[in-house]
Amino acid sequence: MASRLVAVVKRDCPTCNLVVPVLRQLAGAQPLTIYTQDDPSFPDGVAPADDTSLEQSYRLEIEIVPTLIRFEHDRETARTFGWDRREWERVSGVSSLGPALPDQRPGCGSKTEEPGIAERLAIRFGGVTFQSREIPLDDEVDLIETCYERGWTDGLPVVPPTRERVLAMLNGTTRAPQDVVGTIPPDYADCTVEKAAINAVLAGCKPEYFPVVIAAIEAALVPDFGLHGVLCTTNFIGPVVMVNGPIARAIGMNARVNALGQGNRANATIGRALQLVVRNVGGGRPGEIDRATLGNPGKYTFCFAEDEDGSNWESYAVEKGFSKDASTVTLFVGDGVAPIVDEISRTPESLARTYAACLRAAHHPKKVIDVAAFLVVTPEHARVFDQAGWTKQRLKSELEQLLQIPVSELVRGANGIDAGILPHEAANPTGTIPKFRTGSLNIVRAGGGAGKFSAYISGLGSITINPVTREVRA
Amino acid sequence: MSETHILLDPTSELSPIERPRRARPASLDGMRVGLLDISKRRGDVFLDRLEERLIERGLTVRRYRKPRFSILAPTELKQQIRKECDLVIEALAD
Repeated sequence: MASRLVAVVKRDCPTCNLVVPVLRQLAGAQPLTIYTQDDPSFPDGVAPADDTSLEQSYRLEIEIVPTLIRFEHDRETARTFGWDRREWERVSGVSSLGPALPDQRPGCGSKTEEPGIAERLAIRFGGVTFQSREIPLDDEVDLIETCYERGWTDGLPVVPPTRERVLAMLNGTTRAPQDVVGTIPPDYADCTVEKAAINAVLAGCKPEYFPVVIAAIEAALVPDFGLHGVLCTTNFIGPVVMVNGPIARAIGMNARVNALGQGNRANATIGRALQLVVRNVGGGRPGEIDRATLGNPGKYTFCFAEDEDGSNWESYAVEKGFSKDASTVTLFVGDGVAPIVDEISRTPESLARTYAACLRAAHHPKKVIDVAAFLVVTPEHARVFDQAGWTKQRLKSELEQLLQIPVSELVRGANGIDAGILPHEAANPTGTIPKFRTGSLNIVRAGGGAGKFSAYISGLGSITINPVTREVRA
Repeated sequence: MSETHILLDPTSELSPIERPRRARPASLDGMRVGLLDISKRRGDVFLDRLEERLIERGLTVRRYRKPRFSILAPTELKQQIRKECDLVIEALAD
């Protein structure tokens, strides 16, 4: 058959219904195959071929119906979609088509374009394969219960990682599925982009979050972060993910009201994806390598965006040398949110003293070693500093001064508390020791609405555990 | 579209695809043993003999019974066994 026509239609498309007389005209004139996507009996009287599986539509890369294609010796030579008399006459080589029809009408979306269908078709007909093990399950099983039984969850239900969902997640990045993001402790197993995608599916991420998840995993694997120590410590800490730059807004992260709380899908699932990678790929499970005495609820997920739009201060990422236009993920360790409530102070000096008094108590009022914190300043407090012209650096250096603790208050037995430092740990017994070693007290902006509150997120600050920032790449 | 579900393994694939059975205890020493009669006829004969042998070995034995063999054990019964025993033996007989 040297020359033939192929048309793809669906009943649920008014334009496809409109062109039925044209299809009848063409069927009488030359070889024509009509594939129908939804109703195998449509259109009546022209012997349509059933394409409810969408295999032909997928192979022909149909985006709009009706589509008319001409093949010469099995090679496509012309194509048109929607109804446009001139175009249809050009493609078919037949004149005077549909004289009673209007000159043109736009078509409708092909069924192959409906949400979730593209991935199904790619797996069924497109030869997509995965490197990860496939686990076949009977139709009757409850997939969410299966995920529990296999130990893949953090205690909350996960989204079952079907091939379709994983393929959709992989489409969220330009990176190849077999790329190794890194090796995850404690098992030091390779985490490929594909494994990361499977766990991002489990966590409930949308594909557009996936580049942030990958950057978070990369950050966790920078030796400075000390992931193995973070995992296996008896301490409360878990990873905290903070996102800076345009991607936070693009994917709808919350930096404002309830920024550290529940309710935002991106915040909730990105933090969770990182923890599930640690659990499932790295093998870091509570009670096994994770020896936390109490842990903290942030170990399910702890992720937020810094409020850059609402702030006059430079963001954390800019402080670290990244451009304001760069999207970054910062990973630090946190043990929870400690509130700072001061509804009275209207001067920066007073507010700084409030912060210092609260921060002084982090871990223990006498603890000055291995303690770090991120101070999260909210809008109503930030206004006090803005109105007085205080930069973030100014507040930082003020806090440094205020958090020089006299050794006499820190030594064992002082204030009737046995805990404390040994005299030989102080270089100068009559001097002071900073509460936070250089760089281990950071300040960021988040939160919204009313409330003269701020908060600090404390965490271990030993020399082997440090915040790490990575740029997010597509 | 598919008759069977396929999930992709999110783990490092260090364990077999078939979930392994729970490891058997290395020894019964000091274990509190539950004997669960599932109400299948003559299962009790087998469990009576097991109980004799276990008691000879100085083990604590408790007996439990499911109301009917054709149902799952009631949640309260499972919770009671979990609280009172370290391992449980069921008997299937006919």
